[in-house]
Amino acid sequence: MRHVVYNAFWVWNFDKEEKWLNEMAAKGLCLVSINGFRYEFEDCVPGEYTIKMELLKKSPKKPESKKYLEFLEETGAEFVGSFSNWVYLRKNRSKGEFELYSDNKSRVEHLSRILKTILYVLIMNFLAGALNIWILIQSHMFMNAVGVINIILAFIGIFGYVHISKKLKRIKKEAELFE
Amino acid sequence: MPNNALTEAVFYILLSLTKPMHGYGIMQNTEALSSGRVKLAPGTLYGALNTLLEKGWITAIADGNEDSRKKEYLITDLGKQVAHAELLRLKELYENGNKILEEEK
Repeated sequence: MRHVVYNAFWVWNFDKEEKWLNEMAAKGLCLVSINGFRYEFEDCVPGEYTIKMELLKKSPKKPESKKYLEFLEETGAEFVGSFSNWVYLRKNRSKGEFELYSDNKSRVEHLSRILKTILYVLIMNFLAGALNIWILIQSHMFMNAVGVINIILAFIGIFGYVHISKKLKRIKKEAELFE
Repeated sequence: MPNNALTEAVFYILLSLTKPMHGYGIMQNTEALSSGRVKLAPGTLYGALNTLLEKGWITAIADGNEDSRKKEYLITDLGKQVAHAELLRLKELYENGNKILEEEK
């Protein structure tokens, strides 16, 4: 049976999202498709799959990403779905544990990629917000919700940026001593 | 030859590829060689393989099976030189560690 669940996570809380998806899988609900906030699950044997999420460099539809996904499939992982450049992967427990990175260098690379994405969205929102508010001032309109929302999102983005930065700093420190 | 240390992942990949192997084979071989200590994760392995290909330390070879899109890799002469240089570095590390830490006991 299929179950649709709506849930929302900030991008910097991707580890919480991953944890939630694994908790669902442990209960016997395995992710089969994803579209924004809409998660679709199917009944499966509890604990049958481990779920991992990864932000790819390029869209999952691009050949570079496809090659990478094919490589992952050779190692027993399965592609479940994607949202923007995020891919959702799973691996059957019987095929062993599921990790994507085994050294600090690749963990740093992944987090840096997430950081860059947050920074980009943050700046875009800030610019859009500033522009919208400027238009508001120029045109003497009473309300410009769009501009305000953009600025609020930009500030929330700063929070996310700091959150990931701290995590990145921790791993980088660790990387000075261990691979 | 570079003076820097190779990563553990790179050294085990080079050792594995003295025989032609698929990505998954490298993961299994590395785990077996290190008695389960070193588990290469596919994301890390994929990045390392691409860098090694760019450097010319390994090469991609055609799989005998035409239906398969799986790629096999093999170490090059340059890759062997790098692995040998690493072995010398490790020997030095081992000998110095042994000399100083064991004599301290």
